[in-house]
Amino acid sequence: MDQRNIEFMFYGLASAWVILGVYALTLLTRERKIDAELKRLRGLVENREETK
Amino acid sequence: MRKSIIILIALLGVGWVVWNLHTVLLQLPDDADQGPVYRIMFFHIPAWFSAGIAVFIALGSSIGYLITKNLKYDAVALATTEAAVAFLTIGLVTGSIWGRISWGIWWTWDARLTSALVCWLLYAGYLVLRTAIEEPSQRARISAVLQIFAFADIPIVWYSIEWFRTQHPGPVLRGSGEMDGAMKAAVYANWPALMLVAAAFVLLRLRQEEVKREIDSLRRIVHAG
Repeated sequence: MDQRNIEFMFYGLASAWVILGVYALTLLTRERKIDAELKRLRGLVENREETK
Repeated sequence: MRKSIIILIALLGVGWVVWNLHTVLLQLPDDADQGPVYRIMFFHIPAWFSAGIAVFIALGSSIGYLITKNLKYDAVALATTEAAVAFLTIGLVTGSIWGRISWGIWWTWDARLTSALVCWLLYAGYLVLRTAIEEPSQRARISAVLQIFAFADIPIVWYSIEWFRTQHPGPVLRGSGEMDGAMKAAVYANWPALMLVAAAFVLLRLRQEEVKREIDSLRRIVHAG
C-alpha cells in the first residue's frame, strides 16, 4: 500500500469506529439506567401490594 | 424484541464491516491520485446512505403518528433519527478528514457540505427539542412536524452536487465520474453491513422506549397509591 497520507486513512476509518462505539456506549449506559429504574419501581409496586 | 437477537444483529453487522475492511485494505488498489486515503469513501458513502434510509423511515413514522396518534410511531421516529444522527456524524467527520488531504482544507461552505451540515443540525435539533417537552402527545406532535420540515433538506443534500458547482465531487456511483466496478462493489457491500449495525441501534432504542412507557405507567401507580 502507498504510504502517502496513510495516517489520514486511519484517522478516517478510526473516527467512524469511534463514533459508532460512543453511540453504542451511550445506548448501553441508558439501557442499564432504565433497567435499574424498572426494577426499582416493580419492587415498590410489589411491596405496596403485599402490605395491602 | 429480545436483547440477545439485537446483540446478534449488531455482531453480524460489525463482523460484516470487519470482513469488508479486509477487502478494502488488502485487495483494492490505491487510487492513482489520492493514494490510500480514498478508502475513507467506503465508510463515508455507506454512512450517508444508511442515514438516508433512517430519515426516510423517521419521516414515514412521523406522518404515521400524525395520522394515527399512536405513540409507537413516535418511538420509531425517535429511534431512527438517533441512529441517523450517528451516521450523519460519521459522514461529516470522515468527509472532512478526506477533504483535508484531497482538497487541502478541512471544510468549505459549498452547497453539498453546507446542506449536509444543515441536515445534521436539523436532526440533532429534533433530538434536543424532544428533551424540552414533557407531555408525550404534545412532544410527539411537535417533533413529527419538525421531522417533516427537516426532511425538506434531504433532496437539497442529495441533488446539490448536480444543481450547483461544488468542491465536493459529483456522483461517483453513476455518470461520468463513476468509480471502478470493484470499488463500487465494496461501497455497496459496506452499506448493508452498516445498515445491520443501524438496525441493532434502532431496535435497542425502541426496546428502551417500550421500557420507558412501562416505567411511566408504574410511576403513575406508585404516585396514585
